[in-house]
Amino acid sequence: MEFTGAQILMKVLKEEGVDTIFGYPGGAVLDIYHALAQTDIRHILARHEQGAVHAADGYARATGKVGVSIVTSGPGATNAVTGIASANADSIPLVVITGQVPTHLIGNDAFQEVDIVGITRPCTKHNYLVTDINDLAKTIKEAFFIARSGRPGPVLVDIPKNISASKAAYKLPGEIKMRTYNPTYKPNLKQLRKIVDLIKSAKKPLIFSGGGVTISGGSEELTRFVTRTQVPITSSLMGLGAFPGTHPLWLGMPGMHGTYRANMAISNCDFMLAIGVRFDDRVTGKTDVFASNATIVQIDIDPTSIHKNIPVEIPIVGDCKVSLEELNKLLDEEDFNHVKEKRQPWLDDIEKWKSTNPLAYQAGDIIKPQFVIEKLYELTGGKAIITTEVGQNQMWAAQYYHFEKPNHFISSGGLGTMGFGLPAAIGAQVACPDKTVIDIAGDGSIQMNIQEMATAVQYGLPVKVAILNNRYLGMVRQWQELFYERVYSATTLDHNPDFVKLAEAFGAVGLRAQKSSEVEPVLKEALSTKRPVIMDFVTEREENVYPMVPAGAPISQMLLV
Amino acid sequence: MTEQNYVLSIFVENRPGVLSRIVGLFSGRGYNIESLSVAETMEPDVSRLTMVTKGDAVIIEQIKKQLNKLINVIKVYDLTGTNYIQKELALIKVHAKSEGRAEILRIVDIFKGKIVDVGQEHYTIEITASKDKMTAILNLLKPMGIKEIVRTGIIALHR
Ligand SMILES: Cc1ncc(C[n+]2csc(CCOP(=O)(O)OP(=O)(O)O)c2C)c(N)n1
Ligand SMILES: [Mg+2]
Repeated sequence: MEFTGAQILMKVLKEEGVDTIFGYPGGAVLDIYHALAQTDIRHILARHEQGAVHAADGYARATGKVGVSIVTSGPGATNAVTGIASANADSIPLVVITGQVPTHLIGNDAFQEVDIVGITRPCTKHNYLVTDINDLAKTIKEAFFIARSGRPGPVLVDIPKNISASKAAYKLPGEIKMRTYNPTYKPNLKQLRKIVDLIKSAKKPLIFSGGGVTISGGSEELTRFVTRTQVPITSSLMGLGAFPGTHPLWLGMPGMHGTYRANMAISNCDFMLAIGVRFDDRVTGKTDVFASNATIVQIDIDPTSIHKNIPVEIPIVGDCKVSLEELNKLLDEEDFNHVKEKRQPWLDDIEKWKSTNPLAYQAGDIIKPQFVIEKLYELTGGKAIITTEVGQNQMWAAQYYHFEKPNHFISSGGLGTMGFGLPAAIGAQVACPDKTVIDIAGDGSIQMNIQEMATAVQYGLPVKVAILNNRYLGMVRQWQELFYERVYSATTLDHNPDFVKLAEAFGAVGLRAQKSSEVEPVLKEALSTKRPVIMDFVTEREENVYPMVPAGAPISQMLLV
Repeated sequence: MTEQNYVLSIFVENRPGVLSRIVGLFSGRGYNIESLSVAETMEPDVSRLTMVTKGDAVIIEQIKKQLNKLINVIKVYDLTGTNYIQKELALIKVHAKSEGRAEILRIVDIFKGKIVDVGQEHYTIEITASKDKMTAILNLLKPMGIKEIVRTGIIALHR
């Protein structure tokens, strides 16, 4: 029996366990959408292809599964690029199917033709152009395999219209084994052994964990490891939630807007176990003085992440979860009781840093953005899935919401994509219908993909958007205030829409708070509503995010409140 | 850290777009390509590239890892500092009026080259040489007036 390429695609998607697709149709994917309509796969129609890909990304981050998106050729594909690049920067597994003009027209500047494989080569983990229908099934299967294995990432498959429309026999592809791609999961045990010894002998040990722990599903193992060794821990933005944010050994996030104690701990530690992090410049500040007193061990599944920005003494290639499991086994034979005394001065230092310079802001009648997040944290018991936009809103969310669990903080870390939060919240809500999903937004960012409110309303997804409305592109304004003589060039947003009316126009609920006393009632009302809600918090205009490490400075040199 | 040239031998799947992935990696990350030569191996679905790249030890380490990370790359060998043979082919069109011809022939002979084309006012020389010898012959021919030159970039093989 023969099937169309589109039908074959559906068969493989089913095989891969896909139950939801976020997409947007068009001429080059008509056959694919026709075949999709005959399956029980749920399709969520976004209102912009960027929104579709961010939603697939949010779905992937909330579940750990591969997010799937389908878009048409040409503008559909180029619109998807920001979504793809965002997922790539944060190692999120996606399979993005793009339509392409028929093979005989490729290279002809045909209607809605772009070389999307060429365009996305540097921002995907891998990509394919299918030119023979007999390769289709295997290619799709390979795409899923590559997307989810090793260091995950987005894989794009470009399918010309004649390939999806023509027919061929379908043979279930066997298990994928690739000659050129075989990630290393199991760490070198001899190297791991050294970690245990170093932790025992260190006077000022520190763990620095990142997104790799969440992605590998190693959060429990990390928590066990920390509890057992009693080593203080900090984690990058991408790593938030992999370790409970209320634990006494938790130091908060480090880096440009990190806590004073986390940055001081990095600058003073004598041993650092870095796991699932890539030492982004937003974390390290001036690299020569980053953890310059420490022996650094780095564990990562991607060898290119090791030694890239920061030289390390002990490199270990392996999966974070597997490595932590192995480490925990090694710990079984160890006794850490006697190291505690030796470490007490270090823990005292940390406590001192914490009490002298805690995260702080001046509360008042005018709404402080930090206050909104603190209240939100309180009212949700720290259990909500929080997505963010980009800018000050994102940093305050990271600082003031204490994440207890992995996969609950969903933010565009590596690319810093404004417009990410709302569609990502939609994807997370589709994945977790029973959870409270909140996009902590800026008034600038939310306008980048506000059209996705229509998606939320159409599918009855009760996402909540909390706009910290400072009438500024706040983070850029903050830099202009501090480093560009307060010249607020192109950062003033004096013509924002009325977000309450806008919510209502979309068929959602709109709420506004204009003074501190209104914050809690608005949050409560929103949280008890079963519909999508936009909350407009009219905040202090020129509030800054502190601490702040000026770009390129050592992270120990922070501007404080 | 000091920069130097490194010779990499890179085995890749012989498929459309693979070369552009490699070249794109270098341009996108700001790495240098000093020379590059590519052709099929005995296995028609595998190509072998010889690349000369320049950088310090840390950059080269990163380059090798980034190359290995590309899905279509089978294996990367760093020949630098190992025992290997390297050769480059060049065609050199050099000014040759009657008075200089004998001198050119002598140089070509010493370097075991060949005259592959003769014109009224030029010789075209074919020469296969290691990098050092190539530099030497070019230095000797330069005073005669080199009109045009084309070089393949080196190819290299383990001994
Ligand atoms: C797509 C995109 N364009 C531009 C930027 C640069 N940028 C970073 S933060 C920011 C301001 C964001 O403003 P807003 O959403 O109001 O957040 P706030 O900082 O005020 O909380 C800008 C423009 C970006 N990160 N992403
Ligand atoms: Mg703003």
